[in-house]
Amino acid sequence: MSEEIKKFLYLNRRAPYGSIYAWEALEVVLIGAAFDQDVSLAFLDDGVYQIVKGQDTAGIDMKNFSPTYSALGDYEVTKLYVEKESLEERGLTVDDLMDLKWEDEDEDWAEKDSIILVSREELAKVIEGQDVVFSF
Amino acid sequence: MKFAIQVNEGPYQHQASDSAYHFTKAALEKGHEIFRVFFYHDGVGNSTRLTTPPQDDRNIVERWAALAEQYDLDMVVCVAAAQRRGIVDDGEAERNGKDATNIHPKFRISGLGQLIEAAIQSERLVVFGD
Repeated sequence: MSEEIKKFLYLNRRAPYGSIYAWEALEVVLIGAAFDQDVSLAFLDDGVYQIVKGQDTAGIDMKNFSPTYSALGDYEVTKLYVEKESLEERGLTVDDLMDLKWEDEDEDWAEKDSIILVSREELAKVIEGQDVVFSF
Repeated sequence: MKFAIQVNEGPYQHQASDSAYHFTKAALEKGHEIFRVFFYHDGVGNSTRLTTPPQDDRNIVERWAALAEQYDLDMVVCVAAAQRRGIVDDGEAERNGKDATNIHPKFRISGLGQLIEAAIQSERLVVFGD
């Protein structure tokens, strides 16, 4: 295994239950966390629905995997970029999203926001700065 | 250049596997290295040897297998995605009590770590999907 640390970005572009992409992307993120890379996630297009709060899948007989996003901080996945325009186009605001936090062990486990709201233009720069971009 | 290839869609339904194949073949013919081809999501469906397309159509599975034979390609199918979709090798049949296998011998089933490793080891990860 190489000791080089790469910047990994996972692009989440689809709504959570209409297809399996969101859940299987999350499986890659969780496995990938063991490889100690510099990981970020981005939510754009219908992907912003993945982290909307209050998800209830009882009526569709599918597993509600949204609690997994709250656990990402424990996997040292602490940068979740959310594209502002994608929220606005869907009539959503950041208040509709889960309150995703991580604990900073360098600052006495202070709770910090994982969600970083960015414009489409800013997200393009984030993508440009990566070594590896997974698109789901 | 050293590439890792990820194929996210099944054969025939979607062009992703065709595009990935043509890209991989062209890269190899130009002397580039393909560290690994990783099949994920419905992409695992590219690995069943039971695929039987009409005779006047391309055989996507056999085409990948021939490329692997020629260039000693490492073609890996994600185990979790494969289990969901009924792609089975001897080991999985044994472990999960299944009465058959269907994987083509040029493919192997392994974990998602193989995808992450491929992304780390390669200069470029190229994702083919929807």
